[in-house]
Amino acid sequence: MSTKKPETLTGAQIVVRLLERQGVTTLAGIPGGAILPFYDALSQSTQLRHVLARHEQGAGFMAQGMARATGEVAVCLASSGPGATNLVTAIADAKLDSIPLVAITGQVPKPMIGTDAFQEVDTYGLSIPITKHNFLVGSAEELLDVIPRAFRLAVSGRPGPVLVDIPKDVQNQRVDVSEWPEPGVAESIPLPSSELIARAAAMINASKTPMLYLGGGVVHSGASSEATAFAEKAGLPTVMTLMALGTMPVDHALSLGMLGMHGARYTNYLLDECDLLIAVGARFDDRATGKVAAFCPQAKIIHIDIDPSELDKIKTAHVGIQGDVKAVLEQLVPQVHAALRTDWLSRVAELKAAHPLRMPGIDDPRTPYGLIRAVADCLDDEATITTDVGQHQMWVAQAYPLRRPRQWLTSGGLGTMGFGLPAAIGAALAEPERTVVCFSGDGSILMNVQEFASAAEEDVNVKVVLMNNSSLGLVFQQQTMFYGERIFSSKFKGVPNFIKVAEGFGWQTLDLDKENDPQAALSKALATRGPMLIHASIDMNEQVLPMVAPGAANKDMIGG
Amino acid sequence: MNSITKHESRTLAHTVLELNVNNHAGVMSHVVGMFSRRAYNVEGILCMPVGNGKTSRIWLMVNEDERLDQMVKQVEKLEDVLAVRRHGAAHEVFERLEEFFQ
Repeated sequence: MSTKKPETLTGAQIVVRLLERQGVTTLAGIPGGAILPFYDALSQSTQLRHVLARHEQGAGFMAQGMARATGEVAVCLASSGPGATNLVTAIADAKLDSIPLVAITGQVPKPMIGTDAFQEVDTYGLSIPITKHNFLVGSAEELLDVIPRAFRLAVSGRPGPVLVDIPKDVQNQRVDVSEWPEPGVAESIPLPSSELIARAAAMINASKTPMLYLGGGVVHSGASSEATAFAEKAGLPTVMTLMALGTMPVDHALSLGMLGMHGARYTNYLLDECDLLIAVGARFDDRATGKVAAFCPQAKIIHIDIDPSELDKIKTAHVGIQGDVKAVLEQLVPQVHAALRTDWLSRVAELKAAHPLRMPGIDDPRTPYGLIRAVADCLDDEATITTDVGQHQMWVAQAYPLRRPRQWLTSGGLGTMGFGLPAAIGAALAEPERTVVCFSGDGSILMNVQEFASAAEEDVNVKVVLMNNSSLGLVFQQQTMFYGERIFSSKFKGVPNFIKVAEGFGWQTLDLDKENDPQAALSKALATRGPMLIHASIDMNEQVLPMVAPGAANKDMIGG
Repeated sequence: MNSITKHESRTLAHTVLELNVNNHAGVMSHVVGMFSRRAYNVEGILCMPVGNGKTSRIWLMVNEDERLDQMVKQVEKLEDVLAVRRHGAAHEVFERLEEFFQ
């Protein structure tokens, strides 16, 4: 606590001051009745910049974009009732991808709670299963404890979202404040067990065909360079989950790209052959493992994770190490013998040559892979890439040359369509010097299309590359592959004119369909500052391949 | 069913969990929500404040199940749960309550 002369402040003013003391600069939200006292206090802050979303889910994903791009806690705001329920999807998404978020919601005044008051909903109850922790604040004094704790909880250990629900009368309550609490920061993590690390090192040194399996925890821990150095020293072919893309540059000699449902054939085949799997900050998600019993069937498992409940959750580890990934790797790597693993790496090269990731049309910007490559050719590694969810997301995951942690922002665990645009706006707000490109589809973009307005208002440097196949492509693909080609509810009969839509919101636009030299047009559009929609039609029958059928073993891929 | 076989079946089937928790309005929801979202039935619940009332003790009787280790880890992660101990079904806390359920 730091002491100052006592001030009489409202609960709302206390929250504003505590957010300032946390170092928050930008927050996203929408005002409404039950959070108006807070907004009134916020209007007096010179440090906090409020970005007005057009739907609370957009505010939640803007905050996620800020948090994912920087690793810092980001804040979103909503009023009670529908404001809070609209935030729910963005908070659940943050929970599944371990993104540090503090959501602040207004609530009806305490005496009215439980009376079905106007815009009353049980925000506390609703948010229990989708937050790391949540608070219903009972008094203005409590805020002095709750707000720093919310920030501490959001970033400590495995990051996640925390919700603080503040009744309107608590926001208005005046109290004397003489001491301010220290800002909430990440708690230190106990050092990992050196005995377990020694056992892991011995297993790695004895292994003939080890594989390194990197997950999003490597990004959260800031351990990308340690993980890459580990792979290089021990000669480890390395696979990445969707969340980990960018932790090892995709064109690194040891990178086998993404594993699992839409991984390359050689990648999944090699996992089938490995005798040791070293999982680092990964949680054996079903999209990565396929049928669990058939995942790395010959392998012993070393599992390193900050969250003890992840160890042995899906696969029982031979050695499970609880700890911060970076701290564990710093101890582990010196004990691992340098190894060339010539035999294993030549087997890797052999399978890679026989079963590479096939990207048909990569040189033609009018195909999905070709468009992604053409966009990448216009940008450098400083660009940030977001996606929505569906075919375009998997194509970009396969084809975009991601080389930097936090370059890649995508909704992994929850798989939320509508994530891409507001997340891109958030990323651009947090790092305005970067170009932020959101790959989206004609299904996904409509799910948060209203955020075109916030992007135009803030003049963020966001480019949306809209891959328009007039369908819910991944549903169309699954109905084609697994439901006897009975296409139902996945083909749009009415498709909006997206160019006009974007223009109506005040965006610059480029319709690649009308360009004779798409590469030159793309290059010009991506170099133009400010919000820009780049529209490209693609064939509805294009598929993401290879594909592992849901529930099937990864080695039984279809296509590709 | 005589009391011995009842006792035996319980020993095989149940575990008693003892949780020290912060005493405030949302804690029970957090704890039982962990079980309900996994369709994991809680057979018995007992909760009383301890000492000055800042903390409470929750006793849960749950079925032995292959998910129990994972359940305990998840419950231990809850911010308001201070400690979790596992006991066999023979723990007397629920036995002594039986007369209230006659």
